[in-house]
Amino acid sequence: MHLGESMRECEYSQISTRSSTPMETPYKKRTPKKRKWETFPGRNKFYCDGRIMMAKQTGVFYLTLVLILVTCGLFFVFDCPFLALQLTPIIPVIGGALFLFVLGTLLRTSFSDPGVLPRATPDEAADLERQIDVANGSTGYRPPPRTKEIVINGQTVKLKYCFTCKIFRPPRTSHCSLCDNCVERFDHHCPWVGNCVGRRNYRFFYMFILSLSFLTIFIFAFVITHIILSSHQNGFLSALKESPASVLEVVVCFFSVWSIVGLSGFHTYLISSNQTTNEDIKGSWSSKRGKDNYNPYSYGNIFTNCCAALCGPLPPSLIDRRGFVESDAPQLAPPTNGITMYGATHSQQSHMAAATPLLQQQSSEPVILTASPENGTTLPSRASLTLGGPCTSLPLGQPTPPTSTPSLSCHEVTDMLPIHGHTLNHSHPLQEQMAHHHYLTPEEVPSPPGMLPCSSPLGHSHTVQASFYNPASQDSLHEDSVRGLVKLSSV
Amino acid sequence: MAETHSLQDMRQQASIAAKVFIQRDYTNGTMCQFQTKFPSELETRMDKQQFEETVRILNNLYAEAEKLGSQSFFEGCLACLTAYTVFICMETHYEKVLKKIAKYIQEQNDKIYAPRGLLLTDPIERGLRVITIFEDRSFSR
Repeated sequence: MHLGESMRECEYSQISTRSSTPMETPYKKRTPKKRKWETFPGRNKFYCDGRIMMAKQTGVFYLTLVLILVTCGLFFVFDCPFLALQLTPIIPVIGGALFLFVLGTLLRTSFSDPGVLPRATPDEAADLERQIDVANGSTGYRPPPRTKEIVINGQTVKLKYCFTCKIFRPPRTSHCSLCDNCVERFDHHCPWVGNCVGRRNYRFFYMFILSLSFLTIFIFAFVITHIILSSHQNGFLSALKESPASVLEVVVCFFSVWSIVGLSGFHTYLISSNQTTNEDIKGSWSSKRGKDNYNPYSYGNIFTNCCAALCGPLPPSLIDRRGFVESDAPQLAPPTNGITMYGATHSQQSHMAAATPLLQQQSSEPVILTASPENGTTLPSRASLTLGGPCTSLPLGQPTPPTSTPSLSCHEVTDMLPIHGHTLNHSHPLQEQMAHHHYLTPEEVPSPPGMLPCSSPLGHSHTVQASFYNPASQDSLHEDSVRGLVKLSSV
Repeated sequence: MAETHSLQDMRQQASIAAKVFIQRDYTNGTMCQFQTKFPSELETRMDKQQFEETVRILNNLYAEAEKLGSQSFFEGCLACLTAYTVFICMETHYEKVLKKIAKYIQEQNDKIYAPRGLLLTDPIERGLRVITIFEDRSFSR
């Protein structure tokens, strides 16, 4: 046996050198270990080997960076020498400190993980599916949207099921359609910062806009001072001619001040009432919705709310970007987060096949939970999980590009919502738009556009019952598992 | 070749069988807490009290990690003043508690779960969504 194996190995190595492909033997690791960020299913971009994480579109972020660097650069070069001599050298020092703080917080906001929730592993998703589908039965019609109602501090909160991430979203979590991730305590997606703003980077974002407000006001004030002092000495026009950069700075600062200061004020209000931009715009906790409507997350007083938002414990990143993907793991650990079926290797599929959700139903046949690429078909055609065929268009583990029209307008709404500089001025039209587009807020539209008919916009409450097993569904599972076993063994 | 490979996998997969998922409990808000309800699938495998004790202690540990106490407040202020560079040399309070949790789970596995042929996974590996309890067939053989 041993000899035979080694002979076969030799044969293999000979064949591979003849065909000039890189030498691969099935008994050795084919590829170097990949880091988890390389197989991350969301639409994020990673740099520095997974240390830096940003959204896909970063153009506006570079604009922000350029605006800040150029304006501050011009200030230090053209205005600071005059001011340091005429007034006090402390001015450039304070300006420098502010500038460094702004830059630091901006980079921290843009580069960190906002609080992305890793997608459910296939067996978790299957377990949830089983619990939900049990109640639906096999009548053949599309089931109502999947929601769970829970009571938090006396308020009823609806938890929605995310079709992309295959989880019930925790409270205050929202799915960002631009980044294609569920983000905890989702505030908004900020194009200026090139990232989502969520639980883990909200404080950096707030510090950024706060310090940027101070910096903008600082530069604006001192550039005006410079021009005034200079024009006392030489006349207004020659003052302007002497330092033309000051004019540019004044213009930039003038337009920025209104938007940035307004935004800081708005977020100060949000922090003190412990709301997210998302919740505020939707009016989730507004008293207009009902007499008894209140924010269940607020701590009651402004000081505690501020402390919680800014000085609370910083949770670690849940997506473990720099960990290694255990693709050929012959271990008990199931496939790691972030691995979707189409990236799976052969052994991963069998892993997923192994996981039966129940301990008691000890059928030794494994259940194939997800698409098996070896037969080329994808899950919708097999519908092995959606027992009895309701909602067979459920594409488990498929990417979700927002291509169809409904999600396009959702996109539009998403884009309009978080664009800064105009939140205060445009809050009313936005709210109106929100009212019309209520059906299409990012977190209400499940990411796969094809799923829209499945989820009615009004979101029927759908209580998830405790997990129990429907004998009818067990039969179809059994059938599928036998089919799956046959397929496996035929490879 | 492919046949041997899949057979090997099947042998391995036979040792990994059923899983039970303990979901999160959101009744106290967004804090990380897990449901203490004893899953029916484990009725024949272990004692209800022990299971509930494990989950209760885990919940307490997570509550400690997310607590808004003076320690986290000072840590937050210090971090802000040093432009968050202090975390290069220091661990956050949350991370320290996560390590405690990992040790606790390991200890529980060794003492209580492994002798019954079960295994707990650390929820951090699942993004703090679920606690997974495996039935470890290979071990019980």
